[in-house]
Amino acid sequence: MLMRRIAYRSSMFVVAIALVVALWEFYKIVGPQDGGKLFGVSILPRANNTAMPHVWTMLSRYNRPEVRGSDTKIWSVVLSGTLFSLRLSLAGFFLGTMIGVGLAVLMSRFKVVQRGLLPYLVMSQTVPLIALAPLVVSWGGKLQIGSFEWPRWLSASILGTFLAFFPIAVGTLRGLASAPAAAVELMDSYAASWKQILFKLRFPAAVPFMVPAFKLGASGAVVGVVVAEISTGLKGGIGRLIIEYAREATGDPAKVFTAVFGAAALGITMSGIVALSDVLLMRNRPKETSV
Amino acid sequence: MSALEVAGASKIFNQGTPKQVDALVDVNLTVNPGEFVSLIGPSGCGKSTLLRLIANLLEPTSGAVSVNEKTAAQARLDQDYGMAFQQAGLFDWRTVSKNIELPLELKGWDKTKREARAKEMLELVKLPEFADLYPWQLSGGMQQRIAIARALAAHPPLLLMDEPFGALDEMTREYMQGELLRICGETATTVVFVTHSIPEAVYLSNRVVVMSPRPGRITSVIDVNLGSKRNEDTRAADGFFRSITAVREALRGTHAEHASANAIRGVEDR
Repeated sequence: MLMRRIAYRSSMFVVAIALVVALWEFYKIVGPQDGGKLFGVSILPRANNTAMPHVWTMLSRYNRPEVRGSDTKIWSVVLSGTLFSLRLSLAGFFLGTMIGVGLAVLMSRFKVVQRGLLPYLVMSQTVPLIALAPLVVSWGGKLQIGSFEWPRWLSASILGTFLAFFPIAVGTLRGLASAPAAAVELMDSYAASWKQILFKLRFPAAVPFMVPAFKLGASGAVVGVVVAEISTGLKGGIGRLIIEYAREATGDPAKVFTAVFGAAALGITMSGIVALSDVLLMRNRPKETSV
Repeated sequence: MSALEVAGASKIFNQGTPKQVDALVDVNLTVNPGEFVSLIGPSGCGKSTLLRLIANLLEPTSGAVSVNEKTAAQARLDQDYGMAFQQAGLFDWRTVSKNIELPLELKGWDKTKREARAKEMLELVKLPEFADLYPWQLSGGMQQRIAIARALAAHPPLLLMDEPFGALDEMTREYMQGELLRICGETATTVVFVTHSIPEAVYLSNRVVVMSPRPGRITSVIDVNLGSKRNEDTRAADGFFRSITAVREALRGTHAEHASANAIRGVEDR
C-alpha cells in the first residue's frame, strides 16, 4: 500500500519533469528568436540559444570543466555547492523548528505571551531578508562567547531560521489549540498535568497541522540560505554559484542553469525529507484528517 | 457510607453580571454504592453541570460535593471515578488497547500491568480481537464500548456518563444499555448517567432524578422497581411503562410550572 503510493508519486514526478522538458523544447521551436512584443511591451521570452539553451546543452555542460583548462568538472562543483547549502539549510531548519515549536508551546501555555508576541512575529516576516543579511553578519562577527567564534556560514543558516520559524510557530500553535475541548476535559478528569496533556494530547493532535508547517518551513530555510549566500557573499554554496555563473550567461548560457538545477534539487531534497516524516507520522491516522 | 454526596450545591455562572445564569440551585443528592442513578430533564436544567461538579471539572459556587467520602477534588486526583461522554473521544493516534491504557499511563502504571488490564477490559466489553486496531476503524457503538472500557480501566468505584449513547442509532443504543448494565453488574460500579431519553433512564436506573431549568434544580426523584435482573423482556413489562409514565408526568410538572412552550425541549419521548 505504502510502497505503491511511493511508486505512483515518483512516477508522476518523472512524468511532470518530462512535460516541462517537452514544453521547453517546443517553445524553442515555435517561439520568436528575439522575443515577442505586445503593445510595445516585451512579453514573450526569447527562444534563442543564449536565453534558452537546449536541455541537452545544459545537461552536457555538467560533464565539462567549470572554467576552461581546469580539471574539475562542473557537476562536482555544483554538487558540492548544493551539499554545502543543504547543510546550512538543514541547520537553519533545525534551529527554526526548535524556535518555532518552542514559541508555539509558550504561546499556547500563556495567552498573554500569545497576545503580546504574535503581532511582532507577523511583523518580523515583513523585514526584507536582503536588509537583514548584512546586519546578521556584522552582529555575528562581533559576537564572541568564550572560545566560540561565530562562523560565517552560521549567519546564512540564521537567515534560513528566520524564514523557517514563522510558519512552524503559527502552524504548531494552531495545531496545539486543535485538541477538542472534550479531550482536554477528559484529561482533566484524569487529573493529568499540563505536561502530560501537552505530550499525550496536544502534540499528537497538532501533527496534521505541523507537517504542512514544516513543509513551508523547509522551503523557507532554503530560500533564506540561498538569498543570504548571495547577499553576504558567502563562498561555497549554490547561491553564490548562481550569481557567479549568471555573470557568464552571454558566453556560456548553459552554465547558470547547472547551478539553478542544483538549487532546485536542494529544495526538492528538503521537502522530500519533510514528506518522509509526513508519511511516517500520519501512517496510522484516518485519511481525512491528513491536511 | 455513600458513593457520592451532593449537599446544598449551587453553581452560578457570571455571578453579579447581567449575564448571570443560575445553572444549579441548592441541589441535594446522595447515591449509594452500586446504585444506578439517571439525571433527566430539559436542556438547560443543569444535569451536565451537576455531573461536572461531581467530576470536579467545575467548582460549586456554594455547597459541597463528596465522592467516596472524600472531597471531589481529592477524588479526581485519586481517579475515584471514570468518565464517558457523548462523543467516545478516543485518540486517533493510539490503538484501541493504548486508548484504554491512557488513564493507567497517566497514573504511572508499568507497561506489563497496563497491557494486562487493557486485555481484561477488552474482554469485559467483548472486543478482545480489536486491541491493535485504531479507533477510526471501528463503528460508533464499538468506539463507545472502548470509551467505557477506558473509563473503567482503573477500576474506579464510580462511573459518570454524559449522554454516552446519544449519538448511536436505536438498535445499537438498546444493545449498549444491556451491555452497560451487565458491565456495571460485573464490576459493582456505581453510575451517574445523564440522558435525554425517558425509556433509557427507566431501563437502566434504580432511581431517576428529574431536573428542571431556570434555575436548574431537582424537582423529583422517582424510584424504579424493576429488580436487579433486567433484560429485553423488561422493556415489555408493566412496571417499565408505569415508571416511564411516572417520569413523564414528573417532567410535565416541570413543564407546567414554566408555561413556556420549549421548556421541555430536548427530552425525547421515545
